[in-house]
Amino acid sequence: MESLTLSDVEQKYYSELFLSCDVDNTKKVASNGKVLDLFRAAQLSNEVVHQITELCGATRLGHFGRSQFYIALKLIALAQSGLALRVESLNSVRDLPLPRFVMGKNEQETRHAVMFADTENQGSYFPRHPGRVQAKKVSAHEMIQPCVPTVDPQPDTTSPVVSPHQSPPTSPHAWRKHKRQASGGNVDRQPSVPGVVWPPFREAQPGPVTGDGMWSAHSPPPVQESWVSFTDTPPSSTLPMHPPSAQPESTTVRTVPSAMTTNEIQRQISGYDDPWKITDEQRQYYINQFKTIQADLTGLIPGSAAKEFFTKSKLPILELSHIWELSDFDKDGALTLDEFCAAFHLVVARKNGYDLPEKLPESLMPKLIDLDDSAGVPEPAPEVGFSASPVEVTPNKSPSMPSLNQNWSELNQSNEQWETFSERSSSSQTLTQFDSNIAPADPDTAIVHPVPIRMTPSKIHMQEMELKRTGSDHTHPTSPLMAKPPELSDETKLAATIKFPGTTVGDGYSSSDSFTSDQEPISSAVNRQRSHSGTSPEGLKVVAPPPPPPRPHASHSRSSSLDMNRNFAAVPAGPQQPGVVAFPPAVPPRPLPTQTSVPHGHRSVEGDGLPAHTSTSPHQMPEQPNFADFSQFQAFAVDQPADDGENASDSGQAERCAETTGTMKTAKNDVQSEERNATTVNSTKVSTPLAPPPKPVRRRLKSEDELRPDVEDLPQKSNIIATVLATQPSIPRSIGKDKKAIQASIRRNKETNTVLARLNSELQQQLKDLLEERISLEVQLEQLRPFSHL
Amino acid sequence: IVPTQGELKFHYTVHTSLDVVEEKISGVGKALADQRELYLGLLYPTEDYKVYGYVTNSKVKFVIVVDSSNTSLRDNEIRSMFRKLHNSFTDVMCNPFYNPGDPIQSKAFDSIVSTMMVQAC
Repeated sequence: MESLTLSDVEQKYYSELFLSCDVDNTKKVASNGKVLDLFRAAQLSNEVVHQITELCGATRLGHFGRSQFYIALKLIALAQSGLALRVESLNSVRDLPLPRFVMGKNEQETRHAVMFADTENQGSYFPRHPGRVQAKKVSAHEMIQPCVPTVDPQPDTTSPVVSPHQSPPTSPHAWRKHKRQASGGNVDRQPSVPGVVWPPFREAQPGPVTGDGMWSAHSPPPVQESWVSFTDTPPSSTLPMHPPSAQPESTTVRTVPSAMTTNEIQRQISGYDDPWKITDEQRQYYINQFKTIQADLTGLIPGSAAKEFFTKSKLPILELSHIWELSDFDKDGALTLDEFCAAFHLVVARKNGYDLPEKLPESLMPKLIDLDDSAGVPEPAPEVGFSASPVEVTPNKSPSMPSLNQNWSELNQSNEQWETFSERSSSSQTLTQFDSNIAPADPDTAIVHPVPIRMTPSKIHMQEMELKRTGSDHTHPTSPLMAKPPELSDETKLAATIKFPGTTVGDGYSSSDSFTSDQEPISSAVNRQRSHSGTSPEGLKVVAPPPPPPRPHASHSRSSSLDMNRNFAAVPAGPQQPGVVAFPPAVPPRPLPTQTSVPHGHRSVEGDGLPAHTSTSPHQMPEQPNFADFSQFQAFAVDQPADDGENASDSGQAERCAETTGTMKTAKNDVQSEERNATTVNSTKVSTPLAPPPKPVRRRLKSEDELRPDVEDLPQKSNIIATVLATQPSIPRSIGKDKKAIQASIRRNKETNTVLARLNSELQQQLKDLLEERISLEVQLEQLRPFSHL
Repeated sequence: IVPTQGELKFHYTVHTSLDVVEEKISGVGKALADQRELYLGLLYPTEDYKVYGYVTNSKVKFVIVVDSSNTSLRDNEIRSMFRKLHNSFTDVMCNPFYNPGDPIQSKAFDSIVSTMMVQAC
């Protein structure tokens, strides 16, 4: 083959074209079909095309290699310039304009594809891009005027790929050729163009699709010329499209161009109104590009693939980063079709010289797919809802854009919030505060970052208390939410046991947040979210307490409550199942007291048991636990079959409560309690069991402040019981045989009580010791730390 | 609290605080999976300001330096600030064009951080 020297421009252009024809991606051979189509598009006669093919040696080789292709292109240029096709002229002719091919409007977009698909020619295109501005209108006029179609940036990005920016000499040159071409083309066009039609704006989509691959290889500079020629040819090319009006006469050409220009102008005008709007062709083009990366239109393009893709556009990384921030709406690191189109559009705009917006324009919002009137975009619509699971709800529901954006961003935030909170959790002891002041005032704002909801630790218990009493108020907003995702309901259940520090609280709150945001599209107001999130902690607790009615009893108390819960859980079962209780009689004198009058004896013993039980609680929570316990007692009291049983359980629970929260009782206190018990016993019955126990309990709490070791506790306890029991026989027995059964059950309960109380006291003592150790260690650490760093 | 003045001093403080953070991290035997541990709390009250530390699961450390005179900042507020920081940071990280280690140039991130600091003041 003859050596072929190409200028840089030509080199780039030809490689572009080659790649466009390189459908098989072999990088070496251009498929004959494509090449022939391309050549035909050059608006040369078939005979000329044949000649060129022969000259370049393709007929010899049977295929178009790169060199053959280039030679062919050069020959085409020659032919188009009207020069004789001679091999010698390949290198001799200077300033040969690049071969022109009839390209559709789509080519401008496909050209864009070339930029990205053609990795080899990156450098060639993009230096020209800054100057690239599309101005169909102007160029349309240029078709009539031989002016250079350099157009300043206009806010019309409907065909962003066009870049009429070119050197003056070439354009008139091209223009001249246009005329020639037009005249010559008209003759040839009809037979040759059909397969190569350039679809005017009005045309249907299928056309450009086929043309895409073909013309993707055109580089910007030739595009400029060709683009100029397009304006000429479009009107002409419409001829075959409109057979009725197809007439080779120039008059028709004149009129058609005018029609085209008006169309273009109209299109452009509409584009002016919304510079960021994506036209149908563009969108279709973007979709095609999306397909090259991700075949599934409903799928996502991973960040790395998108990065490579957009890096090909040779934009600065910073700008690409900015574009990514704008377009990745759900911040998932991947692009849906919508996001991809938006990003692509932004890149295109940027290449045309438009500055990137600070926030995503409305027309580029991902959910806008639904609002697009483009015909070829039904596919992306479902994919919009596909992007994020909870976010799915939003796009399909809300028709209005601003609210949708708002909801989407909130949902996204909530998603993030939910996701992040599921990862990190906050301890209940240091309950984090959450601010519920999410208010994207501007719906176009890209992302408003999630703000945690505020909640103070001190309120937790209060809220719990409140909720127990006024749970209904909050259940309504929360119940529908809670009904939703099962996994979140698990979290709320976890949150139900709020007393367990750490994970549950955070998760519970976050889940409620996400719930609230899920409700957003339905409720449609940010305020709702705010107010709801304000109530969500409470609502959370509403959900929390109901499941296990006895459970909340544990929530309000801290460390020692664990034991308390266990105890109470065990205790209620005890009275109800007298036979189950099988505690070894740890205290020998136990059986005796039950012989005495049931209420009295029981009371007194239990009252003694109360002080006897040593409970050392470092925490100062006398009031509340008692409070909750007693409500519990009432609950249990209702369940108890026998009054005495109730009394027993109630008292037992009161004792438990007192034990855990109280402290060691000295003998003196025991005596006091005995007296108190005697008095309380006198005034007893079911209705009043709760009242007296709290009083003695509280009195004990107030009186105690000492901590005794377990060892002392037990003997003291036994001593106390012994003394009490000794006093009991003095109590007159007025109960008959019929109460012996009850007494037996009471005895068993007492056994349980004593054993559990002893356990409780021991554990609490251990806990106290450990806490002391911890405090000392912390102090040491604090003392040591500054020294290590100074 | 924008370190507009004495920026070098703040840089020095942050660097020294990193040592404290490292010490705290190494001191924890169990896996750092809780945010409770992520939030390192008041690292070291010194001179006239306080330093709060926070480490992410990916060992990225956030340090907030606060004037001691500003006592209105409660611990929970600091935690919320760290949470916001973490969220913004993850958003920046999601950007495939961002190379970890580069100075963050995201405008959204900067705006959020500025807003947060203004709120804190």
